[in-house]
Amino acid sequence: MKPPLRQGRSESGARGAGALRPERELRQIAATILRLAKQRGVPETEVHIDETIQALTRFANNTIHQHVAEHGLAVSIRTAVDGRTARVTTNRVDEDSLRAAIDDCLSMAEHQPKDAKLLPMIGKQNYRRVRHFFPATAALTAEDRARAVMSACESAEKQGQVAAGIFSSGQQQSVLVNSRGLAAAYRQTHATFSITMQQGSAASWAKGNSGDVRQFDPAKLTQTASENAARAEHPAELQPGRFTVILQPAAVLDLVGFLFYDFAATAVADQRSCFSGRVGKAILGKNITITDDVYHPQQLGAPFDGEGVPRQKVALVERGVVQRLVYSRRSAKHDGTRPTGHGFPLPNEYGEAPMNLVIDGGQKPVEEMVASTERGLLVTRLWYIREVDPYEKIMTGMTRDGLYLIEKGKIAGAAKNFRFNQSILEMLRNVEELGPACRATGEEAFEMVVPPMKIREFHFSEATKF
Amino acid sequence: MWDYCGQALETARLRGATYADVRVMHLRQRDLTTKNGLVGTLGQNESIGLGIRAVANGAWGFAATDQLTREGVSACAAQAVAIARSSALAKKENVQLAPEGTYVDSWVGPCQKDPFEIPLEGQLDLLLAVDAAMRKVKGVTLSETDMQFRKIDTWFASSAGSKIHQRRVISGCGIVATAFQEDGLQKRSYPNSFGGQHVLGGYELIESMELLRHAARVGEEAVALHSAEQCPERNGTLILCGSQLGLQIHESIGHPIELDRVLGQEANFAGTSFLTLDQLHKLRYASPIVNVVADARIAHGAGLGTFAYDDEGVPAQRIDVIKDGEFHGYLSSRETAHLIGLPRSGGTVRTEGWNRLPMIRMTNVSILPGQWTLENLIADTDEGILMDTNRSWSIDDRRYQFQFSTEIGWEIKGGKKTRMLKNPSYSGITTEFWNSCDAVCNAEEWALWGTPNCGKGQPMQVMGTGHGAAPARFRSVTIGKAFAKQ
Repeated sequence: MKPPLRQGRSESGARGAGALRPERELRQIAATILRLAKQRGVPETEVHIDETIQALTRFANNTIHQHVAEHGLAVSIRTAVDGRTARVTTNRVDEDSLRAAIDDCLSMAEHQPKDAKLLPMIGKQNYRRVRHFFPATAALTAEDRARAVMSACESAEKQGQVAAGIFSSGQQQSVLVNSRGLAAAYRQTHATFSITMQQGSAASWAKGNSGDVRQFDPAKLTQTASENAARAEHPAELQPGRFTVILQPAAVLDLVGFLFYDFAATAVADQRSCFSGRVGKAILGKNITITDDVYHPQQLGAPFDGEGVPRQKVALVERGVVQRLVYSRRSAKHDGTRPTGHGFPLPNEYGEAPMNLVIDGGQKPVEEMVASTERGLLVTRLWYIREVDPYEKIMTGMTRDGLYLIEKGKIAGAAKNFRFNQSILEMLRNVEELGPACRATGEEAFEMVVPPMKIREFHFSEATKF
Repeated sequence: MWDYCGQALETARLRGATYADVRVMHLRQRDLTTKNGLVGTLGQNESIGLGIRAVANGAWGFAATDQLTREGVSACAAQAVAIARSSALAKKENVQLAPEGTYVDSWVGPCQKDPFEIPLEGQLDLLLAVDAAMRKVKGVTLSETDMQFRKIDTWFASSAGSKIHQRRVISGCGIVATAFQEDGLQKRSYPNSFGGQHVLGGYELIESMELLRHAARVGEEAVALHSAEQCPERNGTLILCGSQLGLQIHESIGHPIELDRVLGQEANFAGTSFLTLDQLHKLRYASPIVNVVADARIAHGAGLGTFAYDDEGVPAQRIDVIKDGEFHGYLSSRETAHLIGLPRSGGTVRTEGWNRLPMIRMTNVSILPGQWTLENLIADTDEGILMDTNRSWSIDDRRYQFQFSTEIGWEIKGGKKTRMLKNPSYSGITTEFWNSCDAVCNAEEWALWGTPNCGKGQPMQVMGTGHGAAPARFRSVTIGKAFAKQ
């Protein structure tokens, strides 16, 4: 979508309802906290401030039924005294409230046993610049979103279909400082258009997400969902079993996204990762290479982690071999290596995780994958995915909103939805073809860059009624 | 707080709203966790703000702010009305609200011991002692505990004249032991998985759990599961323990009866429902011994779905959902009640916080107790599998086909609980499953389980729901498919 640039225009015309504060205001709040903590004699203090503006237009039955906007601030304070740390978060920013929050934080921290491995806070860092804030997205108004939705609903009505979905937009900024001189700041915008088109008892779905609203076109997504809904009617009842499948990027994302925490060094040390005892081994196919890269042009996210460590690009899997993990400062010290900038804000028990996975793609478009398939299933989207076996990484879930039977290189019709019970590790050993990687968006995982995949022997265990 | 409410309503009225309601909410939360003998999360969160919902030009708008000043509140209310007007661009019909009385009231939920007033040291000492007791068991590779407390104050006011203050304190706690061996991971939790048990109440809940007494058993069972036989794949008799039945109710009864889902309002995200309007009072949902209610009243118990008024200002009610096996009622709101011929809302509209739009949510959706003791039920079962404590859950987007797995299973043979089984799972079609229920245990075995993590809506809202359940028996159930190779 290409809306006109209308920088600075807010939804109500009132300051505070549609525009982020100047960054200096957040820094002033942080400076006040550091001053109050110093007066209180706190040796180390960290302040993390998030400001969020979020708006969402929700539609169903070809009409808008929910339409919301919010503006909020969260001020998070962490104190560290003699190996004891705690975190208190508030959205009250007057001095009395901030002073009370510092006292609560100290009080919580002092009641715990000393942690001899708690590291001192880090000092000033240098960060690589990322451009994740797009004025065109920040300028979107309720009326802009409503008009795009109205157009989608009119299109649905013309086709005799029923549309449901969302058009959301928002902006956020973060400031992270500490008493040792760390000063980090980040801002981004985001926009999402998601649409389900229903035709009779059939449905299909399309979704776009980007920091820049101009990177997707609601009208095109509407058309895709509409065409696919039309061919999802009259689904055949197939017997469950092992099938060659072609997973669209959203389906790949929502499955593979469940691996993200397994790449955490802390998870491996805790022996709860599916990579425990498997790092350095070829457990995936040779055509699988996975990196974590917040600097990839299609990614969003801050260039620093919860402690302010600069994020690095990390090659996690190279040609099927798990090569590296991601590290917080603590897990890096434990393993005798350097932190990769993936730590969560302290204190926490999970350590770290890669949040910007990129899976290398190939050259084959989905249409050519279909053409090269004798018999198989084309999967639009997966739903309600849950972990059945954490070590073999067996996941269960359902297909949804368009499952299509492929016969002799062509879409032969729709099929009733299946339940799958499938190991992700096995699946990534059975990838036959990869399409071009793109920013994918689903409902289970964070947005990541993944390709469509053609996979052999994907295990469907049962069928549902539609 | 009432001044903020009044100012927001007045601004909305002046801007042309024909109806508005406002919630000022003060949310406090404390989270404590331990892992392998160390404190993990130690945090407290406080958030206060205002959300206003307004009807203008016959359509809804909602806005929320934490700027609790005259300027901030007025801007927020004006924004809600402006959004409502833009919603009207794609309007089909004017919003229609079921009639409701006006109430001026204040209600405080049960809480004997305010967890925010209990010394933190004692809370951490307990968790660390339990953590150590689990790790003492040889073979336990990961021990984890958690406690969570919430205190929620809500000031609700509507343009119709209601002014209601409610305070709810919620407490929750759970422990889990994990054992990693070459064949994989096994875990056991108490008193429930995924955060434990949560209720409306204070620290008395934590004291009643007797965590230390259960710690060693939890660790021993996690280790023993590695040596247990794999749950077989077959069609047979299944007995579900109470907490698992609670989640079964949540997924296969609680969600399908949400009227917004039935009407297609969740079609893009949470899904729809097989319970189309023509099924009301006709569908044989379950066997005749099954009775299910949605009950938000304190008389039902202190659950996560208990309150005095919902977030539309409608008093808490009890709704018959399944009566003697027949489908009897939906969860409704003021906006949807008229669509099924109800004279008023069922009072099930709830919000996660001040910055979220209230929507239809489960209250306490519970099966009513039957006649059996668990001991007698097992004795009455020739061959079957007893499954306890959820490990995974999944159901399709119309709530027909489900699959659950649990942490542990026990084979029943000749009326006796015999060997332990690992990796148990079962699956089925909702109505077929509930119609196969031939026994529900009695009130002695019944507990009001809390599900603290129910997600719905866009932006996502996480809500706590209650599920009263007792162990129950089901016949001819598909067992073991989750681990089947073909």
